[in-house]
Amino acid sequence: MLPAPFDQWTKNETFTEYLVRQGLSRRQFLKFCGKVALLLGGGALLSSRDKKALAKDIAERLNSAKRPTVVWLQLQECTGCLESALRSGDRTLEDLVLSIISLDYNELLMAPSGEQANAALGKAVAEPHLLVVNGSIPTKEKGAYCVIGGESAEELLRKASRNASAVIAVGACAHYGCIQAAAPNPTGAVGVSDIITDRPVINVSGCPPIGEVITATILYYVIYGHPPQVDQDGRPLFAYGQRIHDKCPRRAHYDAGQYVLSFDDENARKGYCLYKVGCKGPATFAPCAIMEWNQGCSFPIKSGHPCLGCTERHFFDRMTPFYKRIPGLQVPGTGVELTANQIGGLAVAASVAGVAVHSAITVVRKQQTKKHPPTSVPLAVLGEKEPTDSGGKK
Amino acid sequence: MAPERIVIDPITRIEGHLRIELETENGRISKAWSCATQFRGIERILQGHDPRDAWAITQRICGVCTGIHAIASVRAVEDALKYPIPKTAELIRSLVTGMGTVQDHVIHFYHLHALDWVDVTSALKADPEKTARLAASISAWPNNSATRFQEVRQKLAKSVEGGQLSIFTNGYWGHPDYRLPPEANLMAVSHYLEALEWQRDIIKLQTIFGGKNPHPNFLVGGMACSINLDNQITINEVSLAQIDGMIRRARRFVEEVYYPDVVAIAGFYKDYADIGVSSPSLMAVGQSGYSCAGVPSGEPAAGLLLDGDFDRVVPFDHLKIAEFIASSWYTYPDGDKAGRHPWQGETNPRYNGPTPPYKHLSDGQKYTWSKAPRYDGRPVQVGPNARLMLAVARKHEPTVALVGKALQTLGLQKAQLNSTLGRTLCRCLETVQVSGHLEQWFAGLREAIRQGDTRTFNPERWEPGNWPKSAQGVGFAEAARGTLSHWVQIENGRITRYECIVPSTWNSSGRDQDGRTGPYEESLAGNGRHPLQDPKRPLEVLRTIHSFDPCISCAVHLFDATGLPLKEVKAV
Repeated sequence: MLPAPFDQWTKNETFTEYLVRQGLSRRQFLKFCGKVALLLGGGALLSSRDKKALAKDIAERLNSAKRPTVVWLQLQECTGCLESALRSGDRTLEDLVLSIISLDYNELLMAPSGEQANAALGKAVAEPHLLVVNGSIPTKEKGAYCVIGGESAEELLRKASRNASAVIAVGACAHYGCIQAAAPNPTGAVGVSDIITDRPVINVSGCPPIGEVITATILYYVIYGHPPQVDQDGRPLFAYGQRIHDKCPRRAHYDAGQYVLSFDDENARKGYCLYKVGCKGPATFAPCAIMEWNQGCSFPIKSGHPCLGCTERHFFDRMTPFYKRIPGLQVPGTGVELTANQIGGLAVAASVAGVAVHSAITVVRKQQTKKHPPTSVPLAVLGEKEPTDSGGKK
Repeated sequence: MAPERIVIDPITRIEGHLRIELETENGRISKAWSCATQFRGIERILQGHDPRDAWAITQRICGVCTGIHAIASVRAVEDALKYPIPKTAELIRSLVTGMGTVQDHVIHFYHLHALDWVDVTSALKADPEKTARLAASISAWPNNSATRFQEVRQKLAKSVEGGQLSIFTNGYWGHPDYRLPPEANLMAVSHYLEALEWQRDIIKLQTIFGGKNPHPNFLVGGMACSINLDNQITINEVSLAQIDGMIRRARRFVEEVYYPDVVAIAGFYKDYADIGVSSPSLMAVGQSGYSCAGVPSGEPAAGLLLDGDFDRVVPFDHLKIAEFIASSWYTYPDGDKAGRHPWQGETNPRYNGPTPPYKHLSDGQKYTWSKAPRYDGRPVQVGPNARLMLAVARKHEPTVALVGKALQTLGLQKAQLNSTLGRTLCRCLETVQVSGHLEQWFAGLREAIRQGDTRTFNPERWEPGNWPKSAQGVGFAEAARGTLSHWVQIENGRITRYECIVPSTWNSSGRDQDGRTGPYEESLAGNGRHPLQDPKRPLEVLRTIHSFDPCISCAVHLFDATGLPLKEVKAV
């Protein structure tokens, strides 16, 4: 099969012209701007006059737009997140890179190296751009644990964020440090929002996140001009709004008290629930059960392996041992709905402290006023008491 | 004339962070330093964890060769616990890692390496009709039509008009050493895009068996994906039919696109079969893609070719492996001189280089986070060329035929496989081979299921109560980039020491205590003849470094369990 034709948005046309070429009327375009304004204004927050002004402003901004410049840094990481982005179907990374954005700096994909690569970076970060970051930032040894082009990861990130219109931290490393930050965190690894505190950072969490979630978050910014709504940990609600457990295809077996007791046992062959062999689905907010991985092909629980909880902070400390069931819970058997709801309630309360559905602007304002965005809270459902820097080892 | 100092940092289109420092004289490279500039500390983090969790932790060493670290890890733990796994689980592991290798090699060629040989801007001048004729002369691939090439050229033109070049910004376009005619360039750009679509499809094999990619799931004792032909959610005929299709599509693309492209492009760059000659010792523990603990009968097993003798296979003995730190930012308790076997591995990071931002690293004696593993004191190359050259030396017939045909087509000698072009060619040839293995393994899986042998997990040794109080084990695997080994020591059900020696550590290593350079360095400065026309546009250097397919996050994750008591150290 041939790749689908690209919808080219080129410099020579305005965004309106582009949309018209895509089959939209001018009237529809203005309506679209109004909707964007509504989203931005969060409905009740703005007066109707403000909304109109905002719609006009959006229309003007979109009309002056070129393909947005994107700088995509890779810091202390494994490249798994970019590999995952390469797996995104429908809106593929090559669609983005060749026709929707201009990816002016990315180590994995860009043509030049060395001096020419650094020149491209220098030019891109001098202008407004969208900043995407993979990887954590090691803070020990004056940054010598991750140096690119002779500069520490931290300095590079600060430099690249100065003119960034938005910052998207992609993957668990950029979110909070992931494996590098696991106890005892030898390199002092931290996430992007620990360094960039003067503007909102969207956390596309996961080790790695599903490819489509990565591309959709970028498209969300590019198309709607504002960040997606997020939970208290900065994770987009469109992907991280619900627990895996809530939509798990094995859920009926959980509710019926039917469990896999050992891998590949008779119950495993019947597709029973993996809770007793360690599944962290009940404590994990992630889109895996709904979207599934690799263009809807499967996801870990469907393929017979327990969820590792990789979209949750410090999962290598908090979700291990991976094959031990979540402690402190009665195993449902009878009265299951009640217990299941309790697990859900606990997880919601502890993990995201009540998913607050703010309008984008509210979240932006809140985070701008906060020096440090909300970080980890005790995951009571996993038997935690106090938050620690890197979590306690079992 | 005084030598000119050149720094290339970052080396892009690789995994991880690599810096190359060079000295050149009269347009030739005289000295080279390979500097890995990232350190993560993953082995230290493994201490105290349940060994059954180790695969998930070590897998995060790399998201490109995802899966292979997990396999090496579960095998190390299974070796330590004397834990046999069902044959069907072995077949599934082979399918998962084999498809990983096939996908990895194709991505490497088109997306990480091709722009070293292909001038994208020249493709804009190509005639689509002529391109279709050129493509038809080397392959029957149905998408090689004039319409398709026209469409790709148009897309490319639109993408770069208005001066926004995206990932092509500041490329070395128009460099005098880009040699392909516009039509070959356009064909390659078209296949660059098709390979992106293709990899997305065929890698779903890992998703079906392992739940996701990157970072699919594995399991000590087997695989977690149960097989039940009469259940909706298990591996059943629907999933098997999907896998069957993926394997066919994988093989077809490799044979009809990747192989003809590599041979055609190689024809324009034959002098690179004499450029980038590296360490004349090569090592492999088996063939690529095999994940099984034992090598199937008749297939080449572990061995080495030493000191340029490419006909005599020397048996592999892991006790001859030692890691040195003369140029690495670590300390050993007994100084920098002696190497250490992985069972006695020590990794105490001690950075004494310049504080970033810095201009040069090669002023210091230590300049990299990569250790320097040596075999019997020698730097060795690992990777596709090592595997194929070993198989040829062992007179493994399918390999002899495959390699022989390619060498004949290009008019090259076997010894020239130790070169920039040789490494790139071998990677492609091995992909042809592994995509064929996939069909055999899948036939084996089908047959096992037909005979009712559907067991994917052995529960016998799962519970820690059934483990010895102390144990140690090693897991070997041939990763896409070469020989990988994981070394684990377990006390009272917990990991006390974990060490990995990774392909890119072998290849990217710096100088050892005797001043012998590592394979990257050797390939650039070994004979003083490596070209570099324009230091500002170091195209030739990228060709040679990329021919190794660097994976630097793999190379420098090291940081093992130091200071912990070890009851007993014995060789396996």
